[in-house]
Amino acid sequence: MTELSQSNILNWIVFLPLAGALLLFLLPGGSRAVLRWSALLVSTATFVVSLGLLCGFQTGEAGMQFVILKPWIESWGISYHVGIDGISLFLVLLTTFLSPVVVLSTWSAVKEKVKTFMILLLVLECGMLGAFVALDMVLFYLYWEVMLLPMYLLIGVWGHERRIYAAVKFILYTVAGSLLMLVGFIYLFWLGKQSLGYYTTDLLELYRVVVPYQAQFWLFLSFALAFAIKVPMFPFHTWLPDAHVEAPTAGSVILAAILLKMGTYGFIRFAMPLFPNASLAFTPLVMSLAVIGIIYGALVAMVQPDLKKLVAYSSVSHLGFVMLGLYSLTASGVVGGIYQMLNHGISTGALFLIVGLLYERRHTRLIDQFGGLSSRLPIFAFFFMIATLSSIGLPGLNGFVGEFLILLGTFGSAHPGYVYFAASGVILSAVYMLWMFRRVMFGPLENPENKNLTDLNLREILVMLPVTVMMFWMGLFPGAFLSRIEPSVQQFISQYHQKAAVAVQARAEEDRLAKTVEFSTLKEPAVSHE
Amino acid sequence: MEPAAVQYDFLRWIVLSPLISCCVIALLGRKLPRVVTGTLASASVGLSFVFGLLGFLQLKSLSGHGEGEAVFLADSLYRWISVGGLTADVAFMLDRLSAVMVLVVAGVSCIIHVYSMGYMAHDKSYWRYFSYLNLFVFFMLLLVSADNLVLMFVGWEGVGLCSYLLIGFWFEDMEKAYAGKKAFVVNRIGDFGFLLAILLIFWNLGTVSFGGIFAQAPRVLTAGSGLATAIALLLFLGATGKSAQLPLYVWLPDAMAGPTPVSALIHAATMVTAGVYMIVRLNVLYLLSPQAMAVVAAVGALTAIYAATIGLVQDDIKKVLAYSTISQLGYMFLAVGVGAFSAGIFHLMTHAFFKALLFLGAGSVIHAMSGKQDIQEMGGLKGKLPATYWTFLAATLAISGIPPLSGFFSKDEILWSAFSSPHGHWAFWLIGWLAAGLTAFYMFRLLFLTFFGTSRADEHTRQHIHESPSLMTVPLAILAVLAVVGGFVGMPEALGGANSFHHWLAPVLASENGTLNAEAAGHFPEAVEYLMIALSVVVGLCGIGAAWWVYINRPGTAEKMADSVPLGYGLLKNKYYVDEIYNIFIVQPVKLTSIYILWKLFDAGIIDGLVNLSGRTVRGLGRVAARLENGYTQAYAITFILGVALLLGALLW
Repeated sequence: MTELSQSNILNWIVFLPLAGALLLFLLPGGSRAVLRWSALLVSTATFVVSLGLLCGFQTGEAGMQFVILKPWIESWGISYHVGIDGISLFLVLLTTFLSPVVVLSTWSAVKEKVKTFMILLLVLECGMLGAFVALDMVLFYLYWEVMLLPMYLLIGVWGHERRIYAAVKFILYTVAGSLLMLVGFIYLFWLGKQSLGYYTTDLLELYRVVVPYQAQFWLFLSFALAFAIKVPMFPFHTWLPDAHVEAPTAGSVILAAILLKMGTYGFIRFAMPLFPNASLAFTPLVMSLAVIGIIYGALVAMVQPDLKKLVAYSSVSHLGFVMLGLYSLTASGVVGGIYQMLNHGISTGALFLIVGLLYERRHTRLIDQFGGLSSRLPIFAFFFMIATLSSIGLPGLNGFVGEFLILLGTFGSAHPGYVYFAASGVILSAVYMLWMFRRVMFGPLENPENKNLTDLNLREILVMLPVTVMMFWMGLFPGAFLSRIEPSVQQFISQYHQKAAVAVQARAEEDRLAKTVEFSTLKEPAVSHE
Repeated sequence: MEPAAVQYDFLRWIVLSPLISCCVIALLGRKLPRVVTGTLASASVGLSFVFGLLGFLQLKSLSGHGEGEAVFLADSLYRWISVGGLTADVAFMLDRLSAVMVLVVAGVSCIIHVYSMGYMAHDKSYWRYFSYLNLFVFFMLLLVSADNLVLMFVGWEGVGLCSYLLIGFWFEDMEKAYAGKKAFVVNRIGDFGFLLAILLIFWNLGTVSFGGIFAQAPRVLTAGSGLATAIALLLFLGATGKSAQLPLYVWLPDAMAGPTPVSALIHAATMVTAGVYMIVRLNVLYLLSPQAMAVVAAVGALTAIYAATIGLVQDDIKKVLAYSTISQLGYMFLAVGVGAFSAGIFHLMTHAFFKALLFLGAGSVIHAMSGKQDIQEMGGLKGKLPATYWTFLAATLAISGIPPLSGFFSKDEILWSAFSSPHGHWAFWLIGWLAAGLTAFYMFRLLFLTFFGTSRADEHTRQHIHESPSLMTVPLAILAVLAVVGGFVGMPEALGGANSFHHWLAPVLASENGTLNAEAAGHFPEAVEYLMIALSVVVGLCGIGAAWWVYINRPGTAEKMADSVPLGYGLLKNKYYVDEIYNIFIVQPVKLTSIYILWKLFDAGIIDGLVNLSGRTVRGLGRVAARLENGYTQAYAITFILGVALLLGALLW
């Protein structure tokens, strides 16, 4: 790859899906096959191009790579600034990897308005990729909002019975969060001007702004709330089960695998490094909510009669693990948290695909409608089993590496006590997943409607195979991933602490000044009105 | 003395050989003829045994005979996890302890694989069975030859997975599938402890590799400190799950739902002993915490007698053996708990021989009885199943501790250590001694009810009784030989033996401990040891005699005894109602809380209620606002004037 094309690779990756969406727009709406193949081609091409990131990525380098920085609206200091580091590299790859899989999974599930559906999928992909690579607040916010609309429509148009309620709930929750973030951002923008002397929306420059204590508190809250809703952290999670249950399979997969990661990614990229002192002050709260989420999500998942709700609540539990890892602020914990984002994307994505396969066959997701499917659907059973085991963190598969590193990191953090609660999630995940698996797959095949189910066809196997291979790969050979993630994480942690220390110093300085001023005012009254 | 590592490239093949076979069978098994599948599976495990034997011989030649320098063979495949100071490699080590384990595991596995070819010959999922079984052997060998705790944990959870898959092998039966899940979940409770122990070890010793732990533990951890105790007890929690000890033993009796060779391999000979192996592997840590050792010994002793009492009244041939296994595992923990680590491993080995044999014999009986497992419906099988009977008798004598069979030597060493070790106590001995009597009784009850007397089976079953094919009886014979003579490697000095087993393991055990038993023995006159040996033989004979009296000499006595103490009998028959207690006090409360409080009340009621309420409020406000925009100009004008008046009022106030 030449220097030139490499320098532009992020643009290619982000805009290829958008170009594809435009192309599809021009195609006639009637020929579904053409539309499907085009969408598959575009998303596969995007994935192939994104592999260039792996080739060109400098392992051991902590900072941003593949950076593109062009002035955009100069008077406001807004620039087109994109780049990736070890934290975002694999999130980008996860997105490009899953997109073709998702497109392929819609082959027989989506029969109406195929054209619009595919266009929305590709626009969504563009939005997600853009949000992961954006290094400018305005750009990020733009992509953040770009993601919302397609998702809203995917749920609202192609969803199930209560789709409107779910879609509105989804959009209201998220918009409420993002408006808060916008307000916070404008305040930060203004503070940046105070501190730096010029307007900028560049994230890397805003990192340098030392935000006063009091302001950090409110700013952190506004950002953290927006992201916490997206994660979703307990108790902001109730939009998720509804959205999942009503969304079409493709929507659920993207929602679980990638959109939720926007929340956790937002914490590590924005809320935490921008406002480290507030973040530190909130650490016990965040970790408590994370641990509550782990246990609460698992317990509620356990008793769900609907497969999709079960997997949705399990996401609440898994993302609790991720948040715990990020807030451990130890190398192993944060790396584990990022790794677990990828794992959750793969495993939960796979589980939603599996539920989709069942739904297509039986038009129900209620667990008690099934039972004994293993004997009838052996290939399906194999994929389902592996995804289940991956989700419960069986060593040798991907989930274990992430969970283990998170627990390890949390134990070495300033708050080791949370580990004892979090580790109970290891027990609970086995309970709810295996119980579900037993009720769906084992036992006698009694329900007459299940007697004629057909096993997976070639296309469906091709949908399940890539994610399954990844589960093994990421479980057996995590080294290639971890070594690229770790340097950026180390830098994140050290800068976080540095910046926090600077603010502490600044406040101490202020206090000292305030005291001397007080002292001097006593001596010489009526000096200043400042 | 720092142990020296010697690179030995064959080590990886011990572990990988069954994995490769598993993958081949999983991919092609449907199309391969059964003979090929079975032979491939068995041969791959045989190959592991051969490589293990080569490693064993290599180890022997490196360190000479007896208590030589501590040497181990090492083979590293690749760096698995490396983050923030933690490194865990996929690497294997073979020292004197893991060599014994590899030989026992691979050897017994190979025999059981061959037996399975006969036992499972007519099963429709033949290939699936063998791929699972091979996968199990892979994980088990990984567990015993891993060079660090995290990799050991992979094996640890992996064998649990295979156990889950094989217990629920006939998954069309809901009960069986349920038993598999129960096993996995209960094991996970133990794994919770194991996992936390790994975290504690890493953050305090800075390493998870066994070499590092052995070197660091005595330096970093203070003997008797709370930290050392916490680590040891958390690890032990893991052991109680995997090795079915109080209070986590409940999964093992249910695990008998799996095919009988699986019960023999996983739930008797190998996997359930992993907890014992783990403690001996980390004996350095345990010796730093006398408190934890006391807990281990106490739990072991209690489990030994507790399970033995339940075994007295069970009627399912496999359930009797299951409770017997729990009880025998209790002995092993008693041994390691009093510091007699080599005795624990010794009993682990002899138990693997005779208990695998008992289960396989039971399999042969079940095979003959057209799948029936109730011993009350058996009887008189002695003549019809001669090979099964004689081998079963050998194993029964061995487990009853009758000299000179293998079980006698290992059990006697444990009882003697429980009495004489500095960590021991006469109460431990007494409990173990009583349990030995009970063991002899329930095992001979089983033998008498199954093979003696007249047949109580129905006509149809009786006509089909037949001896098993040689694919099944030859493995029985091999195991019978091992069960009879296997104990001589650990013959105590007091009886003129060399106790070479003990000396072989000594270098692996922490230095003070290597000679612990010998030292302790010095405190007692030899006569005491002879007396103890005599007592343990006597109690075994008493148990046998009592069983003979009750079931052969005076048939009907058992029923009378049961009727005379209905309460006690009911308690034992229903296994102390532990499953029911767990269900009422743990399972149901968690389930009901989750449904009614967390989900319906909190999640759907309160949180979502608030969300919907805010949604309705906004919509309501919107409606009110919409009513204001009603299109009447007069109304707008009034509003306007009112607004201006209010503003003016506010300004002028």
